[in-house]
Amino acid sequence: MKAIRTIFMIAVFCFMTAPILVVAGVSVNEKKRLLFPPKGFTLDWYGELFTQSAWFNALQNSVLIAFFASILAVSVALPVALFLWQRDSRFARLLFSIGLAPFMLPPVITALGLLIFWVSVGGSGHMAATIISHGVFLVTLPLVTISLGLESINRQLIEAARTMGANERTVFFTVVRPLITPYIVSGFAFAFVLSLNEYIIAYMVAGFTVETLPIKIFNSLRYGYTPVMAAVAVIFALVSIVVFGLVARFGDLPRLLGAAARDAK
Amino acid sequence: MSAVENHSSVPERIFSAKLLPPAYASLMLGVFFLIPLGIMLAVSFFHRVEGAFYEPAFEFANYARFLDAFFIKILAFSIGLSISAAVIAVMIAFPFTYSLTRASRSTQVFALVFLLAVLSLSEVIIGFSWSTLLSRTAGISNLFAALGLLERSAAYYPSLPALLLGLVYLSFPYTVLVLYPALSRLDPELSEAAQMMGASPVRTFFTVVVPVMKRTIISTIILAFVFTLGAYILPQTLGKPPHWTLSVHITDQAIFEANLPFAAAMAILLLLVSLLMVAITLLMGKDDAAGGKA
Repeated sequence: MKAIRTIFMIAVFCFMTAPILVVAGVSVNEKKRLLFPPKGFTLDWYGELFTQSAWFNALQNSVLIAFFASILAVSVALPVALFLWQRDSRFARLLFSIGLAPFMLPPVITALGLLIFWVSVGGSGHMAATIISHGVFLVTLPLVTISLGLESINRQLIEAARTMGANERTVFFTVVRPLITPYIVSGFAFAFVLSLNEYIIAYMVAGFTVETLPIKIFNSLRYGYTPVMAAVAVIFALVSIVVFGLVARFGDLPRLLGAAARDAK
Repeated sequence: MSAVENHSSVPERIFSAKLLPPAYASLMLGVFFLIPLGIMLAVSFFHRVEGAFYEPAFEFANYARFLDAFFIKILAFSIGLSISAAVIAVMIAFPFTYSLTRASRSTQVFALVFLLAVLSLSEVIIGFSWSTLLSRTAGISNLFAALGLLERSAAYYPSLPALLLGLVYLSFPYTVLVLYPALSRLDPELSEAAQMMGASPVRTFFTVVVPVMKRTIISTIILAFVFTLGAYILPQTLGKPPHWTLSVHITDQAIFEANLPFAAAMAILLLLVSLLMVAITLLMGKDDAAGGKA
């Protein structure tokens, strides 16, 4: 039984890695052709991402948008999570659900809403519009992680601080903030990675003027193939693995994803 | 809150300053999420103007257009395709997640990091990767040809099976992460008891674990269904034009046909279908005794 289970899990793992492995192979082809197994070996295509201005420009856009959008997402998520934690009012719960909504719905709905919105108010085509749109769309992730962090705080700690005479402000900065910082950081990390990879909203809001890497890949895919795409795919996969690996290294990933407590073997 | 009420020395000003952050958050969500959806709802009743965008009106023409056979077919195809992908993904993900929650902690962390990475991978990259894997020059058919299973390598995309495969791949990490909390909270004593009574592990899985988790399984299928309904790139890269789903047509109408009112009407319809589905899972999740909270 154990053997069957292991074989099954390995098979699933292979299914999940196969496309990425093939793309990694394709990305080192010497010639500009889609071949696997690769013919020759070169890392030039990875270099082109940084030397070819069209690709480098898209890379810059993607990183800028992801960075500011994640800060924005955290800035909105933190008060919502704190608000619900401090007072369990109907409005707080409503606000929390609205923060979860963008992620529960097919993204094309939010994307179209934002497209129409930005066309109406005149921001479409600007990077700021993409940043704000991503920021609000990705609120869900820091919202979930920060709420988990707050839930795990022992309320007696707060009571103790208050009894000793600390006011709300002091309690927040000396007790609450240090305890939820890891959750804020992981929320930021989740939002950052997802913004890097997001396509449809970035495309609808400003796709024709502000090209991000996913948009650039999809556009190039229509006009033909270049191994730079494969290189970007590999880099993106590596970035996600490193980021989530760090989250797991410094936090309790199974708990963050909803496993009960840290009692599993 | 109540414990500090008697401190009341610096009342009003601090109280209002404390409400500033939540007010800012409500404003952001309201202006950049709710209002866009509201405008979209309004536009879905507007009148389309050729060459321009639209003019305010209140007509059901955009919704009526949806009733013609072409778009009904698209809706039916999108729903059918997404349900198939969701069911297949959950059929693989359920035993996988069950095994995962019983594996060592380091295996769990490794698998979770890996699945999160795949989950966050852009659909563009997944589409490109699968089209490479299914291509003639760089794909698995090369391997089959080398092994002598095929006379010469062939391209397996664009096609419906390729699209379905891509969608299963896309939704698999999502389903595992949805199932993970419920399955890792599942009382291990439950299956231990069954095995003590002499049931084999496989039998325990099918006669104890699956029935106990029935609600969780169904709500996961629904969530995965909504998730795959959102797929936008894969139908274009792995499928042929007849395989384009509602999400693709919404964008197509908005960007290339410049028909925002009709695109908005389709998006509202998609929104209603999704909300209905999510509502069902929320209702079901409420009283799932053994599954814990979803």
